Amino acid sequence: MTLAVFLTLAIASIVFALLMVLTKNPVHSVIFLLLTFFAVAGQYVLLNAQFLAVVHIIVYAGAVMVLFLFVLMLLNLNTEAEPRQTARWKLAAALVSGMLMLTLVGTLRAGAALPIPENTDPHVGLVQNLGKVLFTDFVVPFEMAGILFLAAMVGAVLLAKREIR
Amino acid sequence: MFLLFTTALLLEKSILVLALFTVTLGVAAYATLAERKVAAAMQDRVGPNRTGPFGLLQPIADGVKFFMKEDFMPNSAERWLYILAPGAFMFVACMTSAVIPWGTELTLFGRPVALQVADLNIGILYILGFTSLGVYGVMVGGWASNNKYSLYSAIRASAQMISYELAMGLALIAVVMLTGTLSLREMAEQQAGLNWNVWYQPLGFLIFFVCALAECNRAPFDMAECETELIGGYHTEYSSMKLGFFLFAEYINMFIACAVIAVVYFGGYNFPGLDPSWLGGLMGLVVMLAKTFFFIFVFMWIRWTLPRFRYDQLMQLGWKTLVPLAMVNMLLTGTFVLVFES
Repeated sequence: MTLAVFLTLAIASIVFALLMVLTKNPVHSVIFLLLTFFAVAGQYVLLNAQFLAVVHIIVYAGAVMVLFLFVLMLLNLNTEAEPRQTARWKLAAALVSGMLMLTLVGTLRAGAALPIPENTDPHVGLVQNLGKVLFTDFVVPFEMAGILFLAAMVGAVLLAKREIR
Repeated sequence: MFLLFTTALLLEKSILVLALFTVTLGVAAYATLAERKVAAAMQDRVGPNRTGPFGLLQPIADGVKFFMKEDFMPNSAERWLYILAPGAFMFVACMTSAVIPWGTELTLFGRPVALQVADLNIGILYILGFTSLGVYGVMVGGWASNNKYSLYSAIRASAQMISYELAMGLALIAVVMLTGTLSLREMAEQQAGLNWNVWYQPLGFLIFFVCALAECNRAPFDMAECETELIGGYHTEYSSMKLGFFLFAEYINMFIACAVIAVVYFGGYNFPGLDPSWLGGLMGLVVMLAKTFFFIFVFMWIRWTLPRFRYDQLMQLGWKTLVPLAMVNMLLTGTFVLVFES
Protein backbone atom coordinates (compact mmCIF):
# COMPACT_ATOMS: atom_id res chain seq x y z
CA MET A 1 0.00 0.00 0.00
CA THR A 2 2.71 2.45 1.08
CA LEU A 3 4.91 1.31 -1.78
CA ALA A 4 2.11 1.85 -4.29
CA VAL A 5 1.51 5.39 -3.01
CA PHE A 6 5.24 6.07 -3.03
CA LEU A 7 5.64 4.84 -6.61
CA THR A 8 2.61 6.81 -7.82
CA LEU A 9 3.93 10.01 -6.25
CA ALA A 10 7.48 9.37 -7.46
CA ILE A 11 6.41 8.74 -11.05
CA ALA A 12 4.06 11.74 -10.92
CA SER A 13 6.81 14.04 -9.67
CA ILE A 14 9.23 12.86 -12.40
CA VAL A 15 6.62 13.21 -15.15
CA PHE A 16 5.55 16.67 -13.99
CA ALA A 17 9.16 17.81 -13.63
CA LEU A 18 9.91 16.67 -17.18
CA LEU A 19 6.78 18.36 -18.51
CA MET A 20 7.80 21.53 -16.67
CA VAL A 21 11.13 21.59 -18.50
CA LEU A 22 9.83 20.46 -21.88
CA THR A 23 6.71 22.59 -22.24
CA LYS A 24 7.07 25.72 -24.37
CA ASN A 25 4.68 28.01 -22.51
CA PRO A 26 6.21 29.48 -19.33
CA VAL A 27 2.83 29.67 -17.54
CA HIS A 28 2.26 25.96 -18.19
CA SER A 29 5.77 25.36 -16.81
CA VAL A 30 4.77 27.06 -13.58
CA ILE A 31 1.63 24.92 -13.30
CA PHE A 32 3.63 21.73 -13.83
CA LEU A 33 6.22 22.81 -11.28
CA LEU A 34 3.34 23.38 -8.87
CA LEU A 35 2.11 19.83 -9.44
CA THR A 36 5.67 18.56 -8.87
CA PHE A 37 5.70 20.34 -5.51
CA PHE A 38 2.44 18.65 -4.58
CA ALA A 39 3.87 15.23 -5.42
CA VAL A 40 6.93 15.98 -3.28
CA ALA A 41 4.71 17.18 -0.42
CA GLY A 42 2.89 13.86 -0.69
CA GLN A 43 6.20 12.09 -0.11
CA TYR A 44 6.71 14.12 3.07
CA VAL A 45 3.28 13.11 4.33
CA LEU A 46 4.20 9.49 3.60
CA LEU A 47 7.28 9.94 5.83
CA ASN A 48 4.98 11.32 8.59
CA ALA A 49 6.59 14.75 8.26
CA GLN A 50 3.32 16.67 8.09
CA PHE A 51 4.83 19.95 9.19
CA LEU A 52 7.44 19.84 6.43
CA ALA A 53 4.76 18.96 3.87
CA VAL A 54 2.51 21.87 4.84
CA VAL A 55 5.35 24.37 5.05
CA HIS A 56 6.56 23.14 1.67
CA ILE A 57 3.11 23.90 0.23
CA ILE A 58 2.77 27.28 1.98
CA VAL A 59 6.23 28.51 1.01
CA TYR A 60 6.73 27.07 -2.48
CA ALA A 61 3.21 26.66 -3.83
CA GLY A 62 1.58 29.47 -1.87
CA ALA A 63 4.22 32.18 -2.12
CA VAL A 64 7.15 31.50 -4.46
CA MET A 65 5.16 30.12 -7.39
CA VAL A 66 2.51 32.83 -7.04
CA LEU A 67 5.26 35.41 -7.49
CA PHE A 68 6.64 33.47 -10.49
CA LEU A 69 3.21 33.42 -12.06
CA PHE A 70 2.74 37.10 -11.21
CA VAL A 71 5.91 38.09 -13.06
CA LEU A 72 5.19 35.82 -16.04
CA MET A 73 1.71 37.29 -16.41
CA LEU A 74 3.09 40.81 -16.40
CA LEU A 75 5.70 39.92 -19.04
CA ASN A 76 3.21 37.90 -21.13
CA LEU A 77 5.95 35.94 -22.89
CA ASN A 78 5.23 34.24 -26.20
CA THR A 79 7.20 32.60 -28.98
CA GLU A 80 7.41 35.75 -31.15
CA ALA A 81 8.88 37.84 -28.35
CA GLU A 82 11.43 35.20 -27.41
CA PRO A 83 14.98 36.23 -28.40
CA ARG A 84 16.78 33.87 -30.79
CA GLN A 85 19.59 31.99 -29.08
CA THR A 86 22.89 31.64 -30.89
CA ALA A 87 24.76 28.33 -30.99
CA ARG A 88 27.42 29.68 -28.63
CA TRP A 89 24.86 30.47 -25.91
CA LYS A 90 23.27 27.07 -26.31
CA LEU A 91 26.68 25.41 -25.94
CA ALA A 92 27.48 27.44 -22.84
CA ALA A 93 24.10 26.60 -21.27
CA ALA A 94 24.55 22.91 -22.00
CA LEU A 95 28.03 22.98 -20.50
CA VAL A 96 26.94 24.69 -17.28
CA SER A 97 23.90 22.51 -16.71
CA GLY A 98 25.96 19.43 -17.59
CA MET A 99 28.45 20.31 -14.88
CA LEU A 100 25.64 20.78 -12.35
CA MET A 101 24.23 17.39 -13.29
CA LEU A 102 27.67 15.80 -12.93
CA THR A 103 27.98 17.24 -9.41
CA LEU A 104 24.52 16.02 -8.44
CA VAL A 105 25.06 12.50 -9.82
CA GLY A 106 28.44 12.31 -8.12
CA THR A 107 26.96 13.38 -4.78
CA LEU A 108 24.09 10.93 -5.05
CA ARG A 109 26.49 8.06 -5.87
CA ALA A 110 28.69 8.89 -2.91
CA GLY A 111 25.58 9.16 -0.72
CA ALA A 112 24.27 5.77 -1.85
CA ALA A 113 27.36 4.09 -0.36
CA LEU A 114 26.56 5.44 3.12
CA PRO A 115 24.42 3.30 5.43
CA ILE A 116 20.75 4.33 5.62
CA PRO A 117 19.94 5.43 9.18
CA GLU A 118 17.24 3.24 10.68
CA ASN A 119 14.30 5.45 11.61
CA THR A 120 12.90 3.90 14.77
CA ASP A 121 10.79 6.83 15.95
CA PRO A 122 7.78 7.47 13.69
CA HIS A 123 7.14 10.81 15.44
CA VAL A 124 10.47 12.31 14.48
CA GLY A 125 8.94 14.49 11.76
CA LEU A 126 6.18 15.97 13.92
CA VAL A 127 6.33 19.65 14.69
CA GLN A 128 7.18 19.37 18.42
CA ASN A 129 10.27 17.24 17.76
CA LEU A 130 11.33 19.28 14.76
CA GLY A 131 11.12 22.47 16.83
CA LYS A 132 13.18 20.97 19.65
CA VAL A 133 15.89 19.81 17.26
CA LEU A 134 15.97 23.13 15.42
CA PHE A 135 16.35 25.16 18.60
CA THR A 136 18.88 22.90 20.35
CA ASP A 137 21.14 20.84 18.09
CA PHE A 138 20.88 23.01 14.99
CA VAL A 139 20.37 26.45 16.51
CA VAL A 140 23.46 28.02 14.90
CA PRO A 141 22.73 26.95 11.29
CA PHE A 142 19.07 27.85 11.87
CA GLU A 143 19.89 31.38 13.00
CA MET A 144 22.45 31.72 10.21
CA ALA A 145 19.76 30.89 7.66
CA GLY A 146 17.58 33.57 9.29
CA ILE A 147 20.32 36.17 8.94
CA LEU A 148 20.82 35.16 5.32
CA PHE A 149 17.12 35.78 4.64
CA LEU A 150 17.26 39.13 6.42
CA ALA A 151 20.25 40.17 4.32
CA ALA A 152 18.42 39.14 1.14
CA MET A 153 15.35 41.12 2.23
CA VAL A 154 17.37 44.26 2.98
CA GLY A 155 19.07 43.89 -0.39
CA ALA A 156 15.74 43.58 -2.18
CA VAL A 157 14.37 46.69 -0.46
CA LEU A 158 17.52 48.60 -1.39
CA LEU A 159 17.25 47.52 -5.04
CA ALA A 160 13.57 48.42 -5.19
CA LYS A 161 14.17 51.94 -3.87
CA ARG A 162 14.47 54.26 -6.87
CA GLU A 163 16.83 56.92 -5.54
CA ILE A 164 19.22 56.64 -2.63
CA ARG A 165 19.80 59.83 -0.79
CA MET B 1 -11.18 -7.00 14.91
CA PHE B 2 -8.67 -4.58 13.47
CA LEU B 3 -10.26 -4.90 10.04
CA LEU B 4 -13.69 -4.26 11.51
CA PHE B 5 -12.35 -1.18 13.27
CA THR B 6 -10.78 0.22 10.09
CA THR B 7 -13.96 -0.40 8.10
CA ALA B 8 -16.02 1.36 10.75
CA LEU B 9 -13.59 4.27 10.78
CA LEU B 10 -13.61 4.48 7.00
CA LEU B 11 -17.41 4.41 6.93
CA GLU B 12 -17.64 7.03 9.68
CA LYS B 13 -15.21 9.38 7.93
CA SER B 14 -16.92 8.89 4.56
CA ILE B 15 -20.30 9.77 6.04
CA LEU B 16 -18.74 12.76 7.81
CA VAL B 17 -17.07 13.99 4.60
CA LEU B 18 -20.33 13.62 2.70
CA ALA B 19 -22.31 15.43 5.41
CA LEU B 20 -19.76 18.22 5.66
CA PHE B 21 -19.72 18.62 1.89
CA THR B 22 -23.51 18.84 1.77
CA VAL B 23 -23.67 21.28 4.66
CA THR B 24 -20.92 23.46 3.17
CA LEU B 25 -22.68 23.64 -0.19
CA GLY B 26 -26.04 24.24 1.50
CA VAL B 27 -24.70 27.02 3.69
CA ALA B 28 -22.93 28.61 0.72
CA ALA B 29 -26.13 28.46 -1.35
CA TYR B 30 -28.25 30.01 1.36
CA ALA B 31 -25.54 32.58 2.09
CA THR B 32 -26.23 34.00 -1.38
CA LEU B 33 -29.88 34.44 -0.39
CA ALA B 34 -28.92 35.84 3.01
CA GLU B 35 -26.59 38.30 1.31
CA ARG B 36 -29.42 39.64 -0.84
CA LYS B 37 -31.79 39.77 2.13
CA VAL B 38 -29.25 41.62 4.29
CA ALA B 39 -28.50 44.03 1.44
CA ALA B 40 -32.22 44.61 0.99
CA ALA B 41 -32.76 45.26 4.69
CA MET B 42 -29.88 47.73 4.78
CA GLN B 43 -31.22 49.57 1.75
CA ASP B 44 -34.82 49.48 2.97
CA ARG B 45 -35.99 47.08 0.27
CA VAL B 46 -37.76 43.71 0.47
CA GLY B 47 -35.27 41.50 -1.34
CA PRO B 48 -36.04 38.29 -3.25
CA ASN B 49 -39.50 37.02 -2.24
CA ARG B 50 -41.02 35.58 -5.43
CA THR B 51 -39.58 32.03 -5.41
CA GLY B 52 -41.16 30.06 -2.60
CA PRO B 53 -42.09 31.42 0.83
CA PHE B 54 -39.80 34.38 1.72
CA GLY B 55 -37.81 33.61 -1.44
CA LEU B 56 -36.43 30.45 0.14
CA LEU B 57 -36.20 28.63 -3.19
CA GLN B 58 -34.14 31.43 -4.75
CA PRO B 59 -30.73 29.63 -4.45
CA ILE B 60 -32.16 26.59 -6.25
CA ALA B 61 -33.59 28.79 -9.00
CA ASP B 62 -30.20 30.50 -9.29
CA GLY B 63 -28.43 27.15 -9.59
CA VAL B 64 -30.81 25.98 -12.32
CA LYS B 65 -30.33 29.28 -14.12
CA PHE B 66 -26.54 28.89 -14.07
CA PHE B 67 -26.82 25.43 -15.62
CA MET B 68 -29.27 26.55 -18.30
CA LYS B 69 -27.17 29.49 -19.51
CA GLU B 70 -25.04 29.16 -22.63
CA ASP B 71 -21.51 28.01 -21.78
CA PHE B 72 -19.48 30.42 -23.85
CA MET B 73 -15.73 30.24 -24.24
CA PRO B 74 -13.71 33.01 -25.91
CA ASN B 75 -11.75 31.92 -29.00
CA SER B 76 -8.47 33.32 -27.73
CA ALA B 77 -8.68 31.67 -24.28
CA GLU B 78 -6.19 29.04 -23.14
CA ARG B 79 -8.61 26.15 -23.45
CA TRP B 80 -7.49 23.76 -20.67
CA LEU B 81 -6.46 26.31 -18.08
CA TYR B 82 -9.69 28.22 -18.71
CA ILE B 83 -11.71 25.09 -17.92
CA LEU B 84 -9.48 24.02 -15.04
CA ALA B 85 -9.44 27.31 -13.10
CA PRO B 86 -13.00 27.33 -11.67
CA GLY B 87 -12.67 23.68 -10.70
CA ALA B 88 -9.37 24.30 -8.94
CA PHE B 89 -10.83 27.28 -7.08
CA MET B 90 -13.83 25.23 -5.94
CA PHE B 91 -11.66 22.24 -4.96
CA VAL B 92 -9.35 24.32 -2.79
CA ALA B 93 -12.32 26.05 -1.12
CA CYS B 94 -13.93 22.73 -0.22
CA MET B 95 -10.70 21.13 1.05
CA THR B 96 -10.19 23.66 3.83
CA SER B 97 -13.14 22.49 5.93
CA ALA B 98 -11.51 19.10 6.66
CA VAL B 99 -9.65 20.14 9.81
CA ILE B 100 -12.32 22.27 11.49
CA PRO B 101 -13.73 20.72 14.69
CA TRP B 102 -17.50 21.17 14.49
CA GLY B 103 -18.30 19.76 17.91
CA THR B 104 -17.22 17.58 20.80
CA GLU B 105 -16.97 13.81 20.52
CA LEU B 106 -20.35 12.12 20.34
CA THR B 107 -20.92 8.50 21.29
CA LEU B 108 -22.76 6.80 18.44
CA PHE B 109 -23.36 3.00 18.43
CA GLY B 110 -21.00 2.56 21.35
CA ARG B 111 -17.98 4.22 19.78
CA PRO B 112 -16.72 7.81 20.03
CA VAL B 113 -17.26 9.85 16.87
CA ALA B 114 -15.35 13.09 16.49
CA LEU B 115 -17.20 15.78 14.55
CA GLN B 116 -14.07 16.55 12.57
CA VAL B 117 -12.84 14.89 9.39
CA ALA B 118 -9.13 14.96 10.24
CA ASP B 119 -7.46 16.03 13.49
CA LEU B 120 -4.10 17.01 12.01
CA ASN B 121 -1.57 18.15 14.57
CA ILE B 122 -0.80 21.05 12.22
CA GLY B 123 -4.42 21.95 11.51
CA ILE B 124 -3.96 25.70 11.49
CA LEU B 125 -1.07 25.46 9.02
CA TYR B 126 -3.17 23.21 6.80
CA ILE B 127 -5.76 26.00 6.65
CA LEU B 128 -3.11 28.61 5.85
CA GLY B 129 -1.70 26.33 3.16
CA PHE B 130 -4.98 25.84 1.39
CA THR B 131 -5.94 29.52 1.68
CA SER B 132 -2.68 30.40 -0.01
CA LEU B 133 -3.56 28.04 -2.87
CA GLY B 134 -6.91 29.76 -3.39
CA VAL B 135 -5.26 32.48 -5.41
CA TYR B 136 -4.35 30.06 -8.23
CA GLY B 137 -7.94 29.69 -9.39
CA VAL B 138 -8.24 33.46 -9.67
CA MET B 139 -4.83 33.94 -11.30
CA VAL B 140 -5.05 31.09 -13.79
CA GLY B 141 -8.65 31.94 -14.66
CA GLY B 142 -7.82 35.60 -15.17
CA TRP B 143 -4.79 34.85 -17.30
CA ALA B 144 -6.35 32.08 -19.37
CA SER B 145 -9.33 34.29 -20.32
CA ASN B 146 -6.93 36.38 -22.40
CA ASN B 147 -8.74 39.57 -21.49
CA LYS B 148 -6.93 42.64 -20.22
CA TYR B 149 -9.44 43.34 -17.45
CA SER B 150 -9.24 39.76 -16.26
CA LEU B 151 -5.45 39.91 -16.24
CA TYR B 152 -5.46 43.14 -14.23
CA SER B 153 -7.80 41.53 -11.76
CA ALA B 154 -5.65 38.40 -11.50
CA ILE B 155 -2.57 40.50 -10.80
CA ARG B 156 -4.41 42.55 -8.19
CA ALA B 157 -5.82 39.47 -6.52
CA SER B 158 -2.44 37.77 -6.25
CA ALA B 159 -0.69 40.84 -4.85
CA GLN B 160 -3.50 41.36 -2.35
CA MET B 161 -3.62 37.76 -1.19
CA ILE B 162 0.14 37.50 -0.69
CA SER B 163 0.19 40.76 1.27
CA TYR B 164 -2.64 39.83 3.60
CA GLU B 165 -1.53 36.24 4.14
CA LEU B 166 1.55 37.61 5.84
CA ALA B 167 -0.33 39.60 8.47
CA MET B 168 -2.79 36.70 8.86
CA GLY B 169 0.03 34.26 9.60
CA LEU B 170 1.66 36.66 12.06
CA ALA B 171 -1.65 37.14 13.90
CA LEU B 172 -2.05 33.38 14.15
CA ILE B 173 1.49 32.91 15.50
CA ALA B 174 0.45 34.88 18.61
CA VAL B 175 -2.46 32.45 19.16
CA VAL B 176 -0.12 29.50 18.69
CA MET B 177 2.24 30.99 21.30
CA LEU B 178 -0.64 31.35 23.72
CA THR B 179 -2.16 27.91 23.26
CA GLY B 180 1.04 26.00 22.54
CA THR B 181 -0.58 23.90 19.84
CA LEU B 182 -1.18 23.94 16.09
CA SER B 183 -4.11 21.55 16.26
CA LEU B 184 -7.52 23.18 15.95
CA ARG B 185 -9.16 20.55 18.18
CA GLU B 186 -6.73 21.21 21.03
CA MET B 187 -7.24 24.95 20.55
CA ALA B 188 -11.00 24.50 20.85
CA GLU B 189 -10.65 22.23 23.90
CA GLN B 190 -8.56 24.83 25.74
CA GLN B 191 -11.29 27.45 25.41
CA ALA B 192 -13.84 25.75 27.66
CA GLY B 193 -16.78 27.82 28.88
CA LEU B 194 -16.12 31.49 28.21
CA ASN B 195 -12.33 31.20 28.37
CA TRP B 196 -12.06 32.33 24.73
CA ASN B 197 -8.87 33.37 23.00
CA VAL B 198 -10.37 36.67 21.92
CA TRP B 199 -10.09 38.02 25.50
CA TYR B 200 -6.33 37.45 25.37
CA GLN B 201 -5.90 38.37 21.71
CA PRO B 202 -8.18 41.32 20.90
CA LEU B 203 -5.64 42.95 18.59
CA GLY B 204 -4.77 39.62 16.99
CA PHE B 205 -8.45 38.95 16.34
CA LEU B 206 -8.92 42.34 14.72
CA ILE B 207 -5.92 41.78 12.42
CA PHE B 208 -7.09 38.27 11.58
CA PHE B 209 -10.61 39.47 10.85
CA VAL B 210 -9.46 42.20 8.46
CA CYS B 211 -7.14 39.73 6.72
CA ALA B 212 -9.95 37.19 6.44
CA LEU B 213 -12.09 39.81 4.71
CA ALA B 214 -9.26 40.48 2.28
CA GLU B 215 -8.54 36.78 1.68
CA CYS B 216 -12.21 36.14 0.89
CA ASN B 217 -12.18 39.01 -1.62
CA ARG B 218 -15.02 40.64 0.26
CA ALA B 219 -15.84 44.34 0.32
CA PRO B 220 -14.15 46.64 1.28
CA PHE B 221 -11.29 44.60 -0.19
CA ASP B 222 -12.96 43.24 -3.34
CA MET B 223 -10.36 44.79 -5.63
CA ALA B 224 -10.20 41.63 -7.74
CA GLU B 225 -13.75 42.04 -8.96
CA CYS B 226 -14.08 45.75 -8.64
CA GLU B 227 -16.90 46.14 -11.17
CA THR B 228 -16.60 49.89 -11.58
CA GLU B 229 -13.02 49.54 -12.81
CA LEU B 230 -12.68 46.01 -14.15
CA ILE B 231 -16.13 45.07 -15.55
CA GLY B 232 -16.40 41.77 -13.65
CA GLY B 233 -12.79 41.17 -12.69
CA TYR B 234 -11.15 37.81 -13.23
CA HIS B 235 -14.43 36.15 -14.23
CA THR B 236 -15.38 38.69 -16.90
CA GLU B 237 -15.09 36.07 -19.67
CA TYR B 238 -16.77 33.26 -17.74
CA SER B 239 -20.37 32.23 -18.17
CA SER B 240 -22.78 29.52 -17.10
CA MET B 241 -21.77 27.19 -14.27
CA LYS B 242 -18.08 28.07 -14.62
CA LEU B 243 -18.98 31.55 -13.42
CA GLY B 244 -21.26 29.92 -10.87
CA PHE B 245 -18.30 27.94 -9.49
CA PHE B 246 -16.25 31.09 -8.98
CA LEU B 247 -19.07 32.93 -7.22
CA PHE B 248 -20.08 29.90 -5.20
CA ALA B 249 -16.53 29.09 -4.07
CA GLU B 250 -16.26 32.62 -2.68
CA TYR B 251 -19.24 31.94 -0.43
CA ILE B 252 -17.67 28.65 0.66
CA ASN B 253 -14.47 30.53 1.47
CA MET B 254 -16.47 32.97 3.56
CA PHE B 255 -18.18 30.13 5.46
CA ILE B 256 -14.85 28.45 6.21
CA ALA B 257 -13.16 31.72 7.19
CA CYS B 258 -15.99 32.44 9.65
CA ALA B 259 -15.75 28.91 11.06
CA VAL B 260 -12.00 29.36 11.57
CA ILE B 261 -12.58 32.69 13.35
CA ALA B 262 -15.15 30.99 15.60
CA VAL B 263 -12.80 28.11 16.47
CA VAL B 264 -9.57 30.07 16.90
CA TYR B 265 -10.86 33.15 18.72
CA PHE B 266 -14.40 32.46 19.94
CA GLY B 267 -14.17 29.04 21.55
CA GLY B 268 -15.63 26.99 18.70
CA TYR B 269 -18.33 24.69 20.09
CA ASN B 270 -17.72 25.83 23.70
CA PHE B 271 -20.32 27.67 25.70
CA PRO B 272 -20.88 27.90 29.46
CA GLY B 273 -22.69 24.75 30.53
CA LEU B 274 -21.46 22.44 27.79
CA ASP B 275 -21.89 18.89 29.12
CA PRO B 276 -20.32 15.81 27.53
CA SER B 277 -23.65 14.01 27.01
CA TRP B 278 -25.22 13.28 23.65
CA LEU B 279 -27.53 16.28 23.80
CA GLY B 280 -24.71 18.50 25.01
CA GLY B 281 -22.60 17.46 22.04
CA LEU B 282 -25.37 18.41 19.65
CA MET B 283 -25.81 21.73 21.45
CA GLY B 284 -22.07 22.33 20.91
CA LEU B 285 -22.56 21.79 17.18
CA VAL B 286 -25.48 24.24 17.16
CA VAL B 287 -23.44 26.83 19.07
CA MET B 288 -20.51 26.41 16.67
CA LEU B 289 -22.79 26.97 13.67
CA ALA B 290 -24.48 29.93 15.38
CA LYS B 291 -21.11 31.60 15.93
CA THR B 292 -20.15 30.93 12.31
CA PHE B 293 -23.42 32.37 11.00
CA PHE B 294 -23.01 35.42 13.18
CA PHE B 295 -19.64 36.15 11.56
CA ILE B 296 -21.08 35.54 8.09
CA PHE B 297 -23.66 38.17 8.96
CA VAL B 298 -20.90 40.56 10.09
CA PHE B 299 -19.11 39.99 6.77
CA MET B 300 -22.30 40.95 4.92
CA TRP B 301 -22.97 43.88 7.22
CA ILE B 302 -19.50 45.25 6.42
CA ARG B 303 -19.97 44.71 2.69
CA TRP B 304 -23.14 46.78 2.57
CA THR B 305 -21.81 49.48 4.89
CA LEU B 306 -18.26 50.34 3.87
CA PRO B 307 -17.12 51.65 0.49
CA ARG B 308 -14.30 49.94 -1.38
CA PHE B 309 -10.67 50.84 -0.68
CA ARG B 310 -8.45 52.31 -3.37
CA TYR B 311 -5.73 49.87 -4.42
CA ASP B 312 -2.84 51.86 -2.96
CA GLN B 313 -4.77 52.28 0.32
CA LEU B 314 -5.22 48.52 0.40
CA MET B 315 -1.48 47.93 0.10
CA GLN B 316 -0.72 50.67 2.64
CA LEU B 317 -3.08 49.10 5.14
CA GLY B 318 -1.67 45.63 4.57
CA TRP B 319 2.03 46.34 4.70
CA LYS B 320 2.35 49.49 6.77
CA THR B 321 -0.40 48.97 9.36
CA LEU B 322 -1.38 45.34 9.74
CA VAL B 323 2.06 43.72 9.47
CA PRO B 324 3.73 46.02 12.06
CA LEU B 325 0.67 45.74 14.34
CA ALA B 326 0.79 41.95 14.08
CA MET B 327 4.48 42.02 14.99
CA VAL B 328 3.79 44.21 18.03
CA ASN B 329 1.03 41.81 19.01
CA MET B 330 3.46 38.91 18.66
CA LEU B 331 6.03 40.64 20.87
CA LEU B 332 3.44 41.49 23.56
CA THR B 333 2.06 37.95 23.56
CA GLY B 334 5.55 36.49 23.78
CA THR B 335 6.36 38.73 26.77
CA PHE B 336 3.13 37.84 28.57
CA VAL B 337 3.56 34.13 27.98
CA LEU B 338 7.12 34.33 29.30
CA VAL B 339 6.15 36.35 32.40
CA PHE B 340 3.09 34.31 33.37
CA GLU B 341 4.59 30.90 32.72
CA SER B 342 7.70 31.43 34.86
